[in-house]
Amino acid sequence: MATYAMRYAVIQFPGSNCDTDCQAALASFPGVEAEIVWHKETSLAEYDAIVLPGGFSYGDYLRCGSIARFSPIMTAVRHAASTGVLVLGICNGFQILCEAGLLPGTLMRNRGLLFRCEHRHLRVESSESPFTSALEQGDVLDLPIAHGEGSYFADKEVLKALNQNNQVLLRYCDADGTVSDEANPNGSLENIAGICSHGRNVFGLMPHPERVCDPMLGGIDGRAIFQSMIDGAFAMQAQLPR
Amino acid sequence: MKAVVTVMPKPAILDPAGVATGRAMEHLGLKGVRSVRIGKSIEIEVDGADENQLHEIAHDLLSNPVVEDYKLTILS
Repeated sequence: MATYAMRYAVIQFPGSNCDTDCQAALASFPGVEAEIVWHKETSLAEYDAIVLPGGFSYGDYLRCGSIARFSPIMTAVRHAASTGVLVLGICNGFQILCEAGLLPGTLMRNRGLLFRCEHRHLRVESSESPFTSALEQGDVLDLPIAHGEGSYFADKEVLKALNQNNQVLLRYCDADGTVSDEANPNGSLENIAGICSHGRNVFGLMPHPERVCDPMLGGIDGRAIFQSMIDGAFAMQAQLPR
Repeated sequence: MKAVVTVMPKPAILDPAGVATGRAMEHLGLKGVRSVRIGKSIEIEVDGADENQLHEIAHDLLSNPVVEDYKLTILS
């Protein structure tokens, strides 16, 4: 089977600061191109997958992600998501996806009010997604977090639906995979660290997988998430008429 | 037109900044602090807008309906 070069768009908002990290992490995978796309652009038709990187878009003014959500590029992100294109939101990108309504719930001020910048263990709750297919349910990842507003909140009905549909992909846990309140760095409901959309092609997570994609940077646990996406996008490409 | 939009966390939502501020008030000697809630007040001066447009803006941009309520007051 022929493999095609895969093109990622990494959206750059004013205040994004993990955009080039994401680009570098993606470019380390064979066959992958990653381009920075400015938020004023209006089309993403030529890209196979989209990343909304971390940072402080618009200085986190008003609420995290609340202004970026109205950037011109978000119309194209919304359209791409509706056609099944993979969309990954990391940290501020997750906050933007929630504000945009592409993922349910919201991310609030951390319990304890501290900005948490540290490594955390994450339990993979489902391998049935294009973002976790290279992992097994129950796997424990070691990923860095760096946020002040990462406390996931959704109302009871939304939470119930997320659990019923297996949309929670990552939970904060101990080193042995036990999900406990001690392992919860920010007060997220049910230790939720990452969720996917009902259609499973939009994924938001607070931890930063792009920061642990090279042994020189202290770990490679982030690679499995990108590898899953790349496998998924190649599989989708293989189905498309050329 | 002059208007003020007040945005507050919904009653059921824990407001950790409010709790911390309440503790500081007790530390300063204020007794019987039952609740402190922190929100935002946004003052707007705008030409030619109607009230419905401002409600839309308050709902879609200025507040997050998942966790916040807003109140729009037209001043003049």
